[in-house]
Amino acid sequence: MEKLTFQFETNRIAAGNRKQAIIGVVASGNLEILLERSLPPGQCSIEIATAAHGFGPVWEAVLSDFVSRRAAGGLKISINDGGARPDTVALRLAQGVRMIEVES
Amino acid sequence: MTLDEILASLFPAGHRLEIGQTILVGGADLKGHGPAHVLGVHGRAYLGVDDACTLAGRVVEIARSGDKRPILLLIDSASQRMSRRDELLGLSDYLAHLGKSLILAGAAGHRVIALLYGGSAAGAFIATALAADTLVALPGAHPEVMDLPSMARVTKLPIAVLEEKAKATPIFAPGLDNLAQTGAVFETWSPDKPLDGQLLALLARPSAADRRDTLGAERQGRPKAAAIAARIVELALAGA
Amino acid sequence: MSSWYEASARQRIDALTDPASFEEFIGPEDREISPHLSLFDLPEQFDDGIVVGRAKLAGKPILIAAQEGRFMGGAFGEVHGAKLTGLLRAARKLNWPVLILFDTGGVRLQEANAGEMAIAEIMREVVLARSEGVAVIGLIGGRSGCFGGGGLIAGCCSALIISEQGRLSVTGPEVIETNRGAEEFDSKDRALVWRVTGGKHRYLIGAVDRFVEDSGEAFRQAAVKALSRPAKLNIAVLEAEQKRLETRLSRFGALTEARDIWSTLGLLRPEAIPALSVDAFLAEGTAKRETADDAR
Repeated sequence: MEKLTFQFETNRIAAGNRKQAIIGVVASGNLEILLERSLPPGQCSIEIATAAHGFGPVWEAVLSDFVSRRAAGGLKISINDGGARPDTVALRLAQGVRMIEVES
Repeated sequence: MTLDEILASLFPAGHRLEIGQTILVGGADLKGHGPAHVLGVHGRAYLGVDDACTLAGRVVEIARSGDKRPILLLIDSASQRMSRRDELLGLSDYLAHLGKSLILAGAAGHRVIALLYGGSAAGAFIATALAADTLVALPGAHPEVMDLPSMARVTKLPIAVLEEKAKATPIFAPGLDNLAQTGAVFETWSPDKPLDGQLLALLARPSAADRRDTLGAERQGRPKAAAIAARIVELALAGA
Repeated sequence: MSSWYEASARQRIDALTDPASFEEFIGPEDREISPHLSLFDLPEQFDDGIVVGRAKLAGKPILIAAQEGRFMGGAFGEVHGAKLTGLLRAARKLNWPVLILFDTGGVRLQEANAGEMAIAEIMREVVLARSEGVAVIGLIGGRSGCFGGGGLIAGCCSALIISEQGRLSVTGPEVIETNRGAEEFDSKDRALVWRVTGGKHRYLIGAVDRFVEDSGEAFRQAAVKALSRPAKLNIAVLEAEQKRLETRLSRFGALTEARDIWSTLGLLRPEAIPALSVDAFLAEGTAKRETADDAR
């Protein structure tokens, strides 16, 4: 398994006050994402475990795009990847953020 | 040891067993301990709906009798019978019923001891040997979930790769050592000492709740199971 | 939720339980993953493919476990199994009913011995809980079915609910075919697979108690009703089960085709059964089927 970590700085804090959210399933072509509101507001970290080696630059591109479009400050994001395509990754990230933005 | 040798060593005074094509049913007297019920699968037979039904019926009669005598299971089987007919007739009901009956007989005061002397696999293993309170084995016994060639086919990994990985962990490959280390087999008996003595020594130990997961942790075969189960209980009770 | 079959484990718990009542035990944030999958370079899931916790069902406190059939085929591994073992031990202490949402191909081969042990330990805990009157209710309707050791655990439950999409079996059709050839079981014949292992056949021979639509609401209603079914397991129940299973063998033991069994049950057009809607199937099947009412 390859483990990748990306750290981002952002001035947009994730909305809402839910502590965590989980989305997706570790299956072929899919992935699970755990989002935890546990970092200082200006930071977002994303850890990935994936069996598909050598896709660092692709992850970086997808994740940078995500952080630039969505308010993800304060979120520690952990991903178990089952070989998802970039568009599936982007979809799940968006779904995950929507879940954690809920006011609980 | 052959079945006959095992029977002679367990019951030097003789036995009252009906030994059929695939199963055995009956009883025998244990020196200084009174009569015991004896049941089993022999000849590496597959366990299907018919034999499971017969064996379960006997266990239920024993449980109904209330005699609280020990139930000894002698096991040399293959897996469950793999056939369209068995599945059509609902094999899961029959194997579950056999397992339930053995477990409930154990809870009702019978010591249920399984002696694995040959093979036992998959669903047959669960419904017989693993449904006993205590499982012991003789060297040369061969318990398994699935043989390595079949596992190789299903996982699409070469056998050599599986064999290599099996050197690093007891968690998946067949064999007595692995099933002992993961907590399934309580102890392995010596074929060089009388079996009845070893059985009586086991019966002299007090019966206890299922601690196979703890045993698996102590033997470093199943590192997490006991702790995870315990934590679930803790969490459930804490907020209730 | 539109389809139980398509839903995830978490979506099923959501659909089944009272709103906002579910509290998870050892959730994904605890990261209690399998210690064995990395040896095979296989990806892990934070909950190891089973979601367990407490909730309310129609106001009553329950314990609940839902298998995620899309992770490793919902198969029992060490952590996965232990979560359910612990849940059942807790059920006995609390005297709360347990709902098991099965979605499993059986034992996870990469952790075969641990999975097998878990099945045995779970069966023991189901029997012990039920001997004290605790209801253990199984729901079957996911894409991995309820196979292998899952089928044996199901056979210990006090009530079983299945949809048409559900399958309940010990040896899977592919394994039967590999071992005995396609003549014994053509695993690619989907209609055959469902005639032998599918929800309608299981309902008709009494291997399950309720047959429902493929929806959260249908499973929920059936689960609420199942809560009031007698659940205690004792020798009298075992005797009734023994009789029931002997009768099944004498009635159907010589038959080789599901349609012949359905015909023996008195169903008028056995070949039409698979195409019947849920309501039409229940209208005819409920009166004619074998039941397990006092025997499960």
